[in-house]
Amino acid sequence: MEGITKNFPGVIANDNIDFAVEEAEIHGLLGENGAGKTVLMSILYGLLHPDAGKIFIKGKEAENYSPAQAIKLGLGMVHQSFMLIPSFTVAENIILGIEPTKSKLLLNRDRMVNDVKEISDRYRLNVDPKARVDTLPVGVQQRIEILKALYRGADVLIMDEPTSVLIPSEVEELFKALLALKKQGKTVIFISHKLKEVLAICDRVTVLRRGSVVGTVRACDTDMEKLAMMMVGRKVVLTIEKRGTMAGKVVLKLDNLRAFNDRGLPALRGIDLEICESEILGIAGVEGNGQTELVEVLMGLRKAEGKVFLDNNDISEMSTGKRIEGGIANVPEDRQKRGLIEDFSVSENLILGSQSMPPFAKWSRTILDGKQISAFSRDSIKGFSIKTPSEDTPVRHLSGGTQQRVVLAREFRRKPKLIIASQPTRGLDVGATEYVRKRLVEMRDQGCAILLISADLDEIQVLSDKIAVIYEGRIVATKPVEEIKEKELGLLMGGGKHD
Amino acid sequence: MIDVEQKVKQFLYRFGTELQRVLPQTIAILTAFLAGAIVLLATGYSPLKVYSAMIKGAFGDMFGIGQTLTQASPMIFTALAFLFASKCGLFNIGAEGQLLVGAFATALVGISFHGLPAFIHTPMALLAGALAGGLWGFIPAILKTRFRAHEVITTMMLNYIALYLTGYMVNYPFKAPGWVSQTVPIEQSAELPRILQPTQLSASIVISVFMAGILQYILRKTTFGYQVRAVGLKLSVAEGSGINIKRTMVLSLVLSGAIAGLGGSGEVLGVHRRFIEGFSPGYGWDGLAVALVGGLNPIGVLLAAVLFGAIRSGGMVMTRTTGVPLDLIYVLQSLVIFFVAVPMLARFLKRDRFKWRIS
Repeated sequence: MEGITKNFPGVIANDNIDFAVEEAEIHGLLGENGAGKTVLMSILYGLLHPDAGKIFIKGKEAENYSPAQAIKLGLGMVHQSFMLIPSFTVAENIILGIEPTKSKLLLNRDRMVNDVKEISDRYRLNVDPKARVDTLPVGVQQRIEILKALYRGADVLIMDEPTSVLIPSEVEELFKALLALKKQGKTVIFISHKLKEVLAICDRVTVLRRGSVVGTVRACDTDMEKLAMMMVGRKVVLTIEKRGTMAGKVVLKLDNLRAFNDRGLPALRGIDLEICESEILGIAGVEGNGQTELVEVLMGLRKAEGKVFLDNNDISEMSTGKRIEGGIANVPEDRQKRGLIEDFSVSENLILGSQSMPPFAKWSRTILDGKQISAFSRDSIKGFSIKTPSEDTPVRHLSGGTQQRVVLAREFRRKPKLIIASQPTRGLDVGATEYVRKRLVEMRDQGCAILLISADLDEIQVLSDKIAVIYEGRIVATKPVEEIKEKELGLLMGGGKHD
Repeated sequence: MIDVEQKVKQFLYRFGTELQRVLPQTIAILTAFLAGAIVLLATGYSPLKVYSAMIKGAFGDMFGIGQTLTQASPMIFTALAFLFASKCGLFNIGAEGQLLVGAFATALVGISFHGLPAFIHTPMALLAGALAGGLWGFIPAILKTRFRAHEVITTMMLNYIALYLTGYMVNYPFKAPGWVSQTVPIEQSAELPRILQPTQLSASIVISVFMAGILQYILRKTTFGYQVRAVGLKLSVAEGSGINIKRTMVLSLVLSGAIAGLGGSGEVLGVHRRFIEGFSPGYGWDGLAVALVGGLNPIGVLLAAVLFGAIRSGGMVMTRTTGVPLDLIYVLQSLVIFFVAVPMLARFLKRDRFKWRIS
């Protein structure tokens, strides 16, 4: 791709980008959210057309083509969210749209299964063609997507954030498969913002920043620090400076918590946990193992058996409001669902949950004190560098990172005893992630107990003092962070036993 | 200096957004009148003549203005009632019933006490209306928060209960002598003064405007109003931030019902001076339309109610002077609803405010 430029109203998504990938290469495409990765790949795949620039595929110039033509040219795309029909078998999904037929009318089932088996074996992707898709784990579903592309004759696979849905063991499997593909002469474009993975699997890496190419480097010639600097444009502290453990007395104690999920199935099957002052306890686990329910129980939003103690007081029966007043802060995983009211202004969001407490409410908590709220908002905007035109701007007009700062400002300024932070950096770019993590550690140093829930193992390892692994509603292990290896973590998260 | 500049900027920003909000409504209303003109042309009348007769009838003299505002005031109450519940994400279409029970309770207080001074009797009668309307809002609120019965169904059903209950009352136990289904006149000490004789415009309009101000204050400046808006805009977030959802909903519906009930009081104390069966031509329903045309904003409601009142009062004058049948007035009113209220309603319903889980 040469000199690719794509403008959207108000932004240059791609600015004169040169990008070249060789045969039998795994090429990383790295950049923050909004750096232009996805736009560039959409152009390559024919979903978008560039305003300027040329595209050469296998030496031949290609112009104005559609995704269907891109497939014919040997390109294949594996999307972030899979496009599979759950009730179909693997083979049925793969042949969909280009079904082999008998006398042009009947589906040739034998050939279908054989074709798929053959191609699965050739690339050692190890998929059973007759299995129904909805019975298979996410990692396998992703391999089906890869097979789909290969079956259509793809030589170049474009993979958009392929590891974001996988657990560590599945990531390993995927990497093995990708290396096998490379050996057979296939090319992979690996889009990611995770430095570690890019370094682990790619031969070369191209870094994008604000729509332009910062550079292309060989993976063996670089390291995480350098890549991060290219991505963000300044030095980034990846390892958070953290004082040693100094955990104090127990702040939160959970005693045999049991709860059901929305479908009435057991989600928590007896959780015991303790978190102390100045301690970050990281909960590692594949999503859907009870994390969401645990947070809801702690906030008083879901009924549960068992006891919750905050500072030795039994708060199991307390309302959400009382718990917040009692010193629990919540940085929710889903900002839209639990965190912010998008039609509320920044200042209205900043007092959410404290609206009927002094200093925001006067006259026995009935009237809002506009002056105090304004002052508090301006302080928060300054203190948390919230980029907003004014405190009266609705938060829907703010970027994801800025919205998260609003949440942090609100929750941290309540002077909580306990902070529950679920996926606090999800969807944020490197700069914003760094900021959130720093703030969390700062709160810990000031004496807060922090319950960190994250699907990002790196995050858990970087931030936590202690790690607890959750699997199917149980805590299967709790250890200080120094005593647990990533491999062991991965095993525990996947339900494996450790010795 | 910087402070002043900031203030100016903020003011312009707010002014701009306000203007943006009002613009589509205004355009839609103009479009409605344009469409109305086409209907008039098609039926052989001159739109220019008809409209000018209407405007003259509605605003041309003191009498016209009085009639317009008389028509507007019950609609202001019912529109405010719908508006307040909607801010909490609730769809109260029971304003008609709440207005009826409010009117009847007011009439009851108005006829039952004798010899009270006016400054006690009138407020008592108003309070009775508010309480009865509030009760009529409390029932669906409890049904919703306890038994998850949707308020659209329950408020609608309560409309019929109110209609037939008050109908029974004025046909049997409280029927005045004579063949009209009505109560005896209320005591003079309970009456709201007429403020623009000889029209029927009463102090009720003052109360309604005052109500709009109070509601705006509650919504913007009180913790309760803040919680109401939070629940209405995003229930799950409100719940997660510790707001007592059920309590907020119950209070909102009670307050909503009380406002509609006051509308009934105003009609009884100011206009009819007794409860007459069928005195409301559907003020509750008109209130819904007025609230939507007013952009679910208290100030907007005042303007929209005047518009609807003008269509009514101007329409009657127009019928007399131009011979255009009254039905065309309803066509015009429906066009306004069609162009303004229906799109708003669709937007309002599309939000996921109505889904909620009671854990």
